[in-house]
Amino acid sequence: MLAQRNPQLNAHGELIHLLSIEGLPRAVLTQILDTAGSFLSVNDREVKKVPLLRGKSVFNLFFENSTRTRTTFEIAAKRLSADVINLDIARSSTAKGESLLDTIANLSAMHADMFVVRHGESGAPYLIAKHCAPHVHVVNAGDGRHAHPTQGLLDMYTIRHYKKDFSGLTVAIVGDIVHSRVARSDIHALTTLGVPEIRAVGPKTLVPGDLREMGVRVCHDMVEGIRGADVIIMLRLQNERMSGALLPSAGEFFKNYGLTPEKLALAKPDAIVMHPGPINRGVEIDSAVADGRQSVILPQVTFGIAVRMAVMSIIAGNNA
Amino acid sequence: MSTLSLDAESLCADLAVGVRRLLRPGGVLVGVWSGGAWLAERVQRTLGLPGEHGVISSALHRDDFGSRGMSTGADPTRLPFEVEGAHIVLIDDVLYTGRTTRAAINELFDFGRPASVALAVLVDRGGRELPIQPDHSAARIVLPPGQRLRLARSEAGRLSFDFKEGD
Repeated sequence: MLAQRNPQLNAHGELIHLLSIEGLPRAVLTQILDTAGSFLSVNDREVKKVPLLRGKSVFNLFFENSTRTRTTFEIAAKRLSADVINLDIARSSTAKGESLLDTIANLSAMHADMFVVRHGESGAPYLIAKHCAPHVHVVNAGDGRHAHPTQGLLDMYTIRHYKKDFSGLTVAIVGDIVHSRVARSDIHALTTLGVPEIRAVGPKTLVPGDLREMGVRVCHDMVEGIRGADVIIMLRLQNERMSGALLPSAGEFFKNYGLTPEKLALAKPDAIVMHPGPINRGVEIDSAVADGRQSVILPQVTFGIAVRMAVMSIIAGNNA
Repeated sequence: MSTLSLDAESLCADLAVGVRRLLRPGGVLVGVWSGGAWLAERVQRTLGLPGEHGVISSALHRDDFGSRGMSTGADPTRLPFEVEGAHIVLIDDVLYTGRTTRAAINELFDFGRPASVALAVLVDRGGRELPIQPDHSAARIVLPPGQRLRLARSEAGRLSFDFKEGD
């Protein structure tokens, strides 16, 4: 008996759901990035739409709020000519006690072709993928602390766009790594794509030593973590962490781990600064850096649409 | 099995003559990726046309997306001129079912409304499934449905035909 197949891939090794970057072969990641490249130019056309998902219904199921991610998925699906239905699940049926799988069964009966799912519980998109009809595809738009694969992929697209090649890069991920599904997805993607040095930078409470098991270099000192880096990925410091015992204060965090022009000067002169957004100015990043010439935070958003178009068109074209 | 010999290089010369006849004043060439793009590049040079030829990918308008999925590896469409109001000669290597041509024309219209579009191909192999006919074909042959015929280009830029038995 062979090892259990990755639930994201069909028998031919083609992507049918995007649930996590972990376990996806490099060829699949590269296919997504290459396809995204051809969608980027759709924005320059007179007609900013291609008919690949014409007649398909994409349901955005956001059990957790996220305006930005939901909007970019909606734009991506509409550029592919899909019909998009946004469900504010947090305020509807689940609030009345309906179970997740009952919700999915009902939406499937409305002839959904694809679910884009954000959920506070890690693994919820897997559960949906396991129970939905064979022709239905699932995209994880962030589950608990587990994964945010399209953010990871758009980060990879951004890095490849500016740095051309992953071999030889030093990438520093700074901030609240332990609670970050973005960091986890980035680390898996960077590893699969062959980045030789990945650094996790932050205080011990947010960057525990066991991250080394993922093959990253753990740095509790910002100067050490950022020195000579080609790419700096800043993470958003979630306010709720501050109220717990994990951090003394926002001011203290900024002093030690906030990205200022002085600290950025330690990285390579052509280093790029990334952030998944929304940014907290003066908490994890100085305005002079966020708005500076090395910042690629807004291009990340634009690339995010092309990457989501690529993911949706690839999975929709592959059969279970 | 094929005893048929098709010399792509000499057909290219005939294609250039046909394109010259179809090309209206100020008209532009657009090659369908990949074989048609090589031919457009060649004809552009042979006819000494100013500027650069366009390249069009049919990948985003293909009608077999549902069964064959997303095709990757194609260069994206690159049209270095205004499509709106342009007289365009669309060039492809092999015209078969007509489906690629249909997709390419749809792609073209995403960039604007051309004044006219003519179709020139190196080989018309019959077997049409759509009402699409070339305005010029350098050769016409009949091949069994399973047979694949594609243009290939050597590193030195020499064009030849690639015959393969069906998938």
